[in-house]
Amino acid sequence: MTTAKKTLTTRLIEQKTLIALIIMVIVVSLLNPNFFTTGNILNTLRQTAVNAIIAVGMTMVILTAGIDLSVGSILALCGAISASLIASELPVFIAVTAALAAGAIVGGFSGIVIAKGKVQAFIATLVSMTLVRGLTLVYTDGRPISTGFTDVADSFAFIGTGHMLGIPVPIWIMAFTFLAAWYLLNHTRLGRYIYALGGNEAATRLSGINVDRIKIAVYSMCGLLSALAGLIVTSRLSSAQPTAGAGYELDAIAAVVLGGTSLMGGKGTIIGTLLGALIIGVLNNALNLLDVSSYYQMIAKALVILLAVLIDTKSK
Amino acid sequence: MGTELLKLEGIEKSFPGVKALDGVNLTVTAGRVMALMGENGAGKSTLMKVLTGIYKRDAGSMTYLGKKTEFKGPAQSQAAGISIIHQELNLLPELSIAENIFLGREKTGAFGNIQWNTMYREADELLQRLGVTRSSKTRLGDLGIGEQQMVEIAKALSFESRVIIMDEPTDALTDTETRALFTVINELRDAGYGVVYISHRLKEIFEICDDVTILRDGKFIAEMPVKDITEDRLIELMVGRKLEDQYPRIAVAKGNVSLETDNISAAGVNQVCLQVSEGEIVGIAGLMGAGRTELMKAIFGANPLTDGCINLNGKKITINTPKDALDAGIAFISEDRKADGLVLGLSVKENMTLSALRHFSHASGQLHHSKERDAVDEYIDTFNIKTPGRHQPVGNLSGGNQQKVAIAKGLMTRPKILILDEPTRGVDVGAKKEIYQLINTFKKEGMSIILVSSDMPEILGMSDRIIVMHEGCISGEFTAAEANQENIMACAVGKKR
Repeated sequence: MTTAKKTLTTRLIEQKTLIALIIMVIVVSLLNPNFFTTGNILNTLRQTAVNAIIAVGMTMVILTAGIDLSVGSILALCGAISASLIASELPVFIAVTAALAAGAIVGGFSGIVIAKGKVQAFIATLVSMTLVRGLTLVYTDGRPISTGFTDVADSFAFIGTGHMLGIPVPIWIMAFTFLAAWYLLNHTRLGRYIYALGGNEAATRLSGINVDRIKIAVYSMCGLLSALAGLIVTSRLSSAQPTAGAGYELDAIAAVVLGGTSLMGGKGTIIGTLLGALIIGVLNNALNLLDVSSYYQMIAKALVILLAVLIDTKSK
Repeated sequence: MGTELLKLEGIEKSFPGVKALDGVNLTVTAGRVMALMGENGAGKSTLMKVLTGIYKRDAGSMTYLGKKTEFKGPAQSQAAGISIIHQELNLLPELSIAENIFLGREKTGAFGNIQWNTMYREADELLQRLGVTRSSKTRLGDLGIGEQQMVEIAKALSFESRVIIMDEPTDALTDTETRALFTVINELRDAGYGVVYISHRLKEIFEICDDVTILRDGKFIAEMPVKDITEDRLIELMVGRKLEDQYPRIAVAKGNVSLETDNISAAGVNQVCLQVSEGEIVGIAGLMGAGRTELMKAIFGANPLTDGCINLNGKKITINTPKDALDAGIAFISEDRKADGLVLGLSVKENMTLSALRHFSHASGQLHHSKERDAVDEYIDTFNIKTPGRHQPVGNLSGGNQQKVAIAKGLMTRPKILILDEPTRGVDVGAKKEIYQLINTFKKEGMSIILVSSDMPEILGMSDRIIVMHEGCISGEFTAAEANQENIMACAVGKKR
């Protein structure tokens, strides 16, 4: 028995998201026969990976009744760090580790400001968002950083463009991230504490749990996953854009909310987030296949999210 | 005697499982101050809620200004001229005094424009009547609690109230502010208002009130002029009930002193020395706001100590966080299950093991699900917790069962010292008895138990020793044999012995 299977309502919400996803897939398949092909499905999943990975971190943050607006900025900074290290022909391993560490540190900084400084998560991560974007622009001098044309750059490109067993590497990374997060939330002490903290902070504190440490851990993980997403984006483009990831926090939050996680904290599942991210991914892909102009795409996306959330609150 | 403004007769009100009011009378007369007295839970607040229409009464009649009346809610009763000033003031700190007084009834002109000058002028007049020297343009948040209370009274007067009810008005006031309040009450009386004064402070009753109505366990006990009653008689009337035979006290040989506080002070706690031994139940009595919960939170590391120290088994220990306390073997079951005790959205299982999750996981942090499941099922069974299963969200359980989950959560940490703060509040009679039996089982096992309770019979029936608190200090200590409701109540209201 896992926490994911906890209550009837959670189960229904998950099914609802799943049903919505299935209906969408069927409708789009009927409208455009090119949709339901192996190639396009893998393509959709690969495109979804970046948002989905960020949404995993966002889920953990939102479960503690927090929010993280800095994910897009962290993605850009860590992408730039990795690109510049690869450009100086340092080993891929070092570039990856440095980027992930930077992401975790920035996230941890937000966590410390929130936990120790008692600053609201919205404000603290708004600060990080602006600060880190500024750092990225300073670091890159406002210009894209190319990873170059070396052997190291070629092996680095594997993260974003490679395949394993015929499946793109970003999909593997996404799958592994979800599995790890699911395990963490349902089978470890920290996971249990995350739910408890979001459900009732005072009671959790009085239960002898170091609440501050959990908050810092959660924002660090979110930062680390944003860095991971940054690595995928940078590797795929073989260059880091200083403006990369702008607005990604909203897509991640949308995926989490579509997945049935409560912004009040304490309630939600990682599987729901996966489904939420897939809905957004399929929608993006479908609108492209159906030749909807990118201007209308945003409107359509907004309406679908609104509809989904309305259905969700009505049925509660 | 002035004219009768308000008369409640034979008021009855039941909630599932409890008869909260049973034939209660209350009369308010113009130009007199009526004290409404009773212990915590005697029915004072319920009566006020019935009066203002928040609760619908089951039986009884209400006559207001000579007419049978029925209020559908506080808005209606207030418009009719009955104002209540609650313990927690209903004011907006960011608005001015005048805006607070006229909130929702702003003086407006023909175009809906607010007529500020009229509003400020009228508010200033009201303030003057009450002897408040502030301008009504002052931001409310800049006022002290006493002055804020005056604003509430001004608001009541602006409604052209005939009856003004004050619920524990002096709890947050300094002596000077209390004096000022009494002056105003005297003026209100002279001006022909009917005042109801709810308080458990005996001294104030004798100082400011003309008549007193006494409630006990939801029943009407007496109404009489204050000059015809003595303090002792009043206490007797407030508490005089028979001990029911539901407290199965057991005799256990007292062991060594386990926990000792050495002159500790903290927020709301002043220089308290407290001792509890193995196999002993120490009851902590006192009125609401006496600092009992604050003392427990200080011992548990939830509120910081400002002075003094805590000894465990004769050794000084440092407790800065609840975690330190739990590690030292001290468990605390909060009086406020919903806010401090349980995570209502999580399941029975997840709540029960929250404090002791280390016992149910590997060093790596991985949960040991089967071990956790077995322990939870065992507690559900031995505590007789009525739940469809361990996965049930604890918020769906009844109060008594929630409380049992909270106690189980404390016990999972295998404590040596158990602090129970109001363990039977909001718990039905059957579950109460089960909780008492559980407490006795822990006592037999040699646990040291601190039982904080506002329920007199419970304190008297369960404790080996009773400590009474008043305004953050210990005001009395009794053995089970010496203690009775009268001497405890006398200490609780701060009566000099």
